[in-house]
Amino acid sequence: MDKITTFTGVAMPLRRSNVDTDQIIPAVFLKRVTKTGYEDALFSSWRQDPEFVLNDPAYTGATVLFAGQDFGTGSSREHAVWALRDYGFKAVIAPRFGDIFRGNSGKQGLLTGTVDEDLVEQFWERIEAQPGIRATIDLLGRTVSVGDLSAPFDIDDYTRWRLLEGLDDIGLTLRDEDRISEFEAGRESWRPTTLPVR
Amino acid sequence: MSDTPNDRPRTAKTLAEKVWNDHLVVKGEDGSPDLIYIDLHLVHEVTSPQAFDGLRAEGRPVRRPDLTIATEDHNTPTLAIDRPIADLTSRTQIETLRRNCEEFGIRLHPLGDIEQGIVHVVGPQLGLTMPGITVVCGDSHTSTHGAFGAMAFGIGTSEVEHVLATQTLPLQPFKTMAITVEGELRPGVTAKDIILAVIAKIGTGGGQGYVLEYRGSAIRALSMEGRMTICNMSIEAGARAGMVAPDETTYAYLKGRPHAPQGEDWDAAIAYWETLKTDDDAVFDAEVHLDADQLEPFVTWGTNPGQGVSLSEAIPDPASYSDPNDRAAAERALEYMDLAAGTPMKDIRVDAVFMGSCTNSRIEDLRAFASVVQGRKKADHVRVMVVPGSARVRLEAEAEGLDRIFEEFGAEWRFAGCSMCLGMNPDQLAPGERCASTSNRNFEGRQGKGGRTHLVSPLVAAATAIRGTLSSPWDLVATGSADEKADA
Ligand code: SF4
Repeated sequence: MDKITTFTGVAMPLRRSNVDTDQIIPAVFLKRVTKTGYEDALFSSWRQDPEFVLNDPAYTGATVLFAGQDFGTGSSREHAVWALRDYGFKAVIAPRFGDIFRGNSGKQGLLTGTVDEDLVEQFWERIEAQPGIRATIDLLGRTVSVGDLSAPFDIDDYTRWRLLEGLDDIGLTLRDEDRISEFEAGRESWRPTTLPVR
Repeated sequence: MSDTPNDRPRTAKTLAEKVWNDHLVVKGEDGSPDLIYIDLHLVHEVTSPQAFDGLRAEGRPVRRPDLTIATEDHNTPTLAIDRPIADLTSRTQIETLRRNCEEFGIRLHPLGDIEQGIVHVVGPQLGLTMPGITVVCGDSHTSTHGAFGAMAFGIGTSEVEHVLATQTLPLQPFKTMAITVEGELRPGVTAKDIILAVIAKIGTGGGQGYVLEYRGSAIRALSMEGRMTICNMSIEAGARAGMVAPDETTYAYLKGRPHAPQGEDWDAAIAYWETLKTDDDAVFDAEVHLDADQLEPFVTWGTNPGQGVSLSEAIPDPASYSDPNDRAAAERALEYMDLAAGTPMKDIRVDAVFMGSCTNSRIEDLRAFASVVQGRKKADHVRVMVVPGSARVRLEAEAEGLDRIFEEFGAEWRFAGCSMCLGMNPDQLAPGERCASTSNRNFEGRQGKGGRTHLVSPLVAAATAIRGTLSSPWDLVATGSADEKADA
């Protein structure tokens, strides 16, 4: 997982609320056997509509998504996060998120920050007035800005720390690698091993 | 987490706490989880592909290929196993597992291999599952392995990746529940009936947050196969895991198996395993008692494993439930099952009998089934499928001549795998078909879209296949003839 401190990227407005994980990625994509390559699956039914914001070339390469209330509710599928990440998003800003989605995001290095609903509306207006405008996320200072509008966002301390350090769960555990090795050194010889094959 | 058992200032410990403590790599502080070492990681084709993909994306190796083993089970066909798998999704999952195991150096038992089979049958059979170890697998019925006094539980795909990369898991401590079953089972009553009765008693959420320890004279008297059947279904009560303390029965099962400890290691292991008993003054967070003497063959009538009654009873009236949620669930279940309250269970006619799954597909289960059907013919209208849990079990059964008994009876004798337990392969119920199944889940559509499942023991499955209606061997004795299908 890459460390996140401050970054700037194209902002995309998603003027919808209650975007559940079925909308983010429909169940038919769950049959796949990979953990990457889900960019085509993101919002796939909405993308049938040529007017949908993802189809607007002005937002090509967007990395910051501004969404409405209750983004990522519904099923626990981690694929929703993979799809956003694979499409290129590094951060989602919304007034409120589904709990499980938010937890999954933290594990996969996707920043989710909450901002008041009226501020999200102001961000949408700024972005739509100037499609392609860039947003800056400052995780250290917990602020998000587009043009002259800057707002604080909320993120819990533990997730923020992990994002700043670029630590996924595995990365975090591997910080204790010495202790794992130490434990392994004391592992009794009667305990099972699958190799060599007997 | 201040009132979790592991934090309590006392020395007396339960079996589960002992195994947990012996695997502590890092003790979590201020509410952060403990880091627990994993002794054995079982892998199959369905829940592993994204985990391997995650490793690849981060450039991480598998930390301990020598503590990892894979087998193909969920998608594998049980007929014509030498031909390419027809279903494309299934074939892709299998082929992906093969590539991943090759790339990451993991031991794999593919379809056709002598050690292939349901992951929870293969581990114990190889002697890899043993007392006092931690076992995980991306499959909820990993609880099966707790029968050996191991701490064994199912995990999600992210956790599979975590274990592959680190051989550890960050986990919050659990609570402990004692399930004490005293007395002696009557002939015809088995481990399956015990666990179905336990789940009916505590409910499908009754075990949530707990590790269940099964104890008491009735549990001690069970074979390892019976203990595995019980621990297997712990998850059906919502529990994290189920355990039985190791004893002479455990050691006798293990000794001489390919991966069981040998020589000095065996002695050292036994010395440690002997300490794996819940201390007399240890305190469980909850306790449940069940009387084995009174138990009868037990079957489910609904669409969750907690909706069960004794075979001699009738389908309960939803109106008799005081909890409105239970009442609504019972009404929905009866509608799906196309059954009416008050119908005697024994009047329920089935279309199919499935003898298999990680709950009941070991050699002892097949012997039990064979002992009832030997020399008889199945009811004409019933399709009977017998699916061994592993290729080894299949061979063993054939060496004992069980396959001939099944075939003469009119049953289909198949190759090993999960099969109709969940119908990821072609073995499925047709919509509306009713099945007596020795598996563990009677969820809507589990055995095929629109299929209806009654969970039963191998003995009940056998008697049901003979009579064509839900029956136990007791019913066969009562009619006294070898041709009971006449009254079905
Ligand atoms: S037999 Fe059924 S319950 Fe057991 S692992 Fe296979 S699918 Fe799961």
